[in-house]
Order: sequence, then structure tokens, then C-alpha cells
Amino acid sequence: MMRTLRVRSWMLRTTSVLLAGAMVACGPGDHSDVVAGGSPARGRAELGAVGCGSCHEIPGVRGARGLVGPPLGGIAERTTLAGRAPNTPANMIAWLRDPQAIEPGTAMPNLGVDERTARDMAAYLYTLR
Amino acid sequence: MMLDQRAMSTLGAGSREAARVTHLTWFLLIAAAVVYVIVIAALLAAVLRRRGGVDADVDTTPVSVRPVIIGGAVIPGVILVALFVAGLGAMRAYPTPVGAEPIRFFVTGHQWWWDVSYRDASASFRTANEIHVPVGRQVEIQLTSADVIHSFWVPRLHGKIDVIPGDTNAIRFTATRIGSYRGQCAEYCGLQHANMAFAVVVEDSASFARWLAAQGQQAASPVSADEQLGERLVVGGPCAMCHTIDGTPASGRVGPDLTHVASRAMLAAGTLHNNRATLEGWISNAPSLKPGVLMPALPQFTGRQLLAMTSYLESLH
Repeated sequence: MMRTLRVRSWMLRTTSVLLAGAMVACGPGDHSDVVAGGSPARGRAELGAVGCGSCHEIPGVRGARGLVGPPLGGIAERTTLAGRAPNTPANMIAWLRDPQAIEPGTAMPNLGVDERTARDMAAYLYTLR
Repeated sequence: MMLDQRAMSTLGAGSREAARVTHLTWFLLIAAAVVYVIVIAALLAAVLRRRGGVDADVDTTPVSVRPVIIGGAVIPGVILVALFVAGLGAMRAYPTPVGAEPIRFFVTGHQWWWDVSYRDASASFRTANEIHVPVGRQVEIQLTSADVIHSFWVPRLHGKIDVIPGDTNAIRFTATRIGSYRGQCAEYCGLQHANMAFAVVVEDSASFARWLAAQGQQAASPVSADEQLGERLVVGGPCAMCHTIDGTPASGRVGPDLTHVASRAMLAAGTLHNNRATLEGWISNAPSLKPGVLMPALPQFTGRQLLAMTSYLESLH
């Protein structure tokens, strides 16, 4: 029974990844390697250095226990960003770089994050399922 | 710079006084190592000495007490007296006699941060958790506490000294090496004892003079519309009840002086690096980052207001 279940979930996952890949380039729930060129390890370090943890709980980032914005555990599985943009890597990168452009008036500040850094951060965030 | 900040080692001395302690440490360590080697060698010699084979009876040769008295009392006595004298020599440096014109700071320990005040003929100001001192000049730090007993400790500059409510202790040191030295409360003082750190920045006399002059200025006036909104919210809102921003009506004395908050490397007594993200997180929900802190969470502000307040505080160089 266990075995069947495991095989089935493995098949499901593969199928859904393939499907997702075929239908839209990227979507919520995609693996971090979908964030082309992003390094989860570097992203994790950057999330700490920039200070994201003073507003967000971020699993795996030391001291990241802020209770200002939403916790980022499971962010890879969420469907929307800032309550309005579909959670795709492209939107995530845009959001990290310039949140005010996506949701004017949000408490999240523009932190001068460059494209490369945002890509790395997104790569790490998409490991949080 | 960063490495210096983090190093809480007593070995990398950055002042004359700390160098004395470092020398004493090495002297004690080497003396102890020599004694250890000799004792272990004697022990091994005793264990391995042939006693006439396994079948021999108990060794009945009469034993002389002289080696025991010499090796067990006289030599250790001489060594201990020598170490004691060396220790007294290092202790004599504490506190160093006050020189002609020490740079003097008054520091008050609080749960869990350090209030720093300075006054001389040309400048008078308060700051927090970061003290700048010139290299090669004697510095005196007078210490007292507003609540419980703390201990002021910058291992690379001086030994620990207790910070006691209702009493004033002082340390004096002359820094010999430029750098940023991390200090830490060394007497358990409550929930956030571990996050009660500070920095002593040793710099050349020109940089120190600039720092002194800048800290003595009133707060910068807000420039952008965002900063102006921020100032109205900070000065006219709850922040002013506890914090002072010199040159504005904000004159609370409960928390750290914010007149030049942006000039400091760290926030919340060494808890966070001071940048835009941490500043905003701290303003909005300090207790989530430092549980037990007196500063409350401030959920009444909109995102735009929080950004404006952060911009204003960031402009206070």
C-alpha cells in the first residue's frame, strides 16, 4: 500500500511538473531550478544580509523571525504574491526588486536588490514548500 | 573591520591595558605548560622505573623526604609566588591612573542597551551602543546602571567591570590599534542579556574629531516629501514619547537617542545590522526581533507611513 502510494505520488509529481512545463513556462510549485541561473545558496545568504528576516519568518535563514510581513515558509506553493500577482519566478523577481511598483503603498520597501540577487533569492524561496 | 567587530578574544589586544592582560595570560599559560611537562615526565619516570622485575618483593629501600619537600613545596611555592607577583603587576594597571586630559564618556546600562553621553566645552550629546575613541589618547568610561547589574566588557580593550545601579565605576584605557571592537554585557541581566552588545570604534584623531563634531550637531532636517512625512509621524507620534531627536520636540529619555541613529552600524544593541529593511522591521515590530524589549509593536501605521518613518530615520546621519 505504502509503496503504491509512493509510486503514485512520484508519478503525479512528474506528470504535474511535465504538464506545468508544457503549459506555462513557470508556475507556483515549480522547483528552484526553474529560476534559471539562480543559486539557492547565495539567495539564502542574501536574504539574511539584506535584512528580510526583520519582517518575515524565513525557514533556514538565521534570525529571520520578523512578524511584520507574512511568513515565507511554503511560499513556493502559494498562488499569489502580494495578494495580486500570480506567483511566478518572473513576478517574484520583480516583486523582490521593486515591490512598490507591484503593490503601491505596501510596507515592503525597495531595498536596491539587483536582478542577479533577486534571482538568487527567488531560487531559495522556491525551495520553501 | 567586520572581523574585528566579531572577535571577542582576549588575546588580540587593542589597548595598552589589554596588552598587559594578554602578556599575563601567555606567561601563565607557558609557566603552566612547563610545570605540566615536568610533572608528567616525573610521573612517567616513576611508573616505568624498573623495580627489579615482576617477582621482586615490595621495594624497601629507605625513601628520602628531601625531594618531596623540594619538589612538592619549595618549587611550587616559588612558582606560585612568581605568578602572584606577575598577576599583581598586571592588576596594578587597573585602573590606569588618570592622565592629564582623558576623553570621558558616561555610560548607563539599561535592559538591554547602552546609553552613552559625552560633554565637553565644545560638544554635548547622547548616543547609544557605539562609542568612538581616538587611538593613542587615554579614555575614561564612567559606568552606572539604570536597572539591574550589568557588566561592561570589551575583551580586546579592557577587562570586565560591573555596572551597578546607584554606583559609578570607571575604566581607563589607551587604545593602540585602529578598528571596531565588539563589547558585550558580561553579567546576566535578563531575557535579552545576549543581545546587549555594543561597539567601541578606535579611529585616528581626525576621524574622531569629525565624529565628535557630527554627534554634537542637531538632527538633519528632512528633505524629501517622504522624509518630511516621516518626521511628522516620528516626532508627533509615539516614538517621541521614549526617544530624543535633538532639534525636534522629540525628547523622551526612555530609549536610545535617535538624533544620529543612521550613523550607527548596528540597531538594538548589536542585535541587527542597521539598514533599511531592519530599521523598518524594528519600528513596526521590535518585540518579534528582541522578545522582552520595552519598545512595543506599532501596528497602527500603514505601509506608506512605515516607509516614510524609515526614510526619515535613515536620513539622521
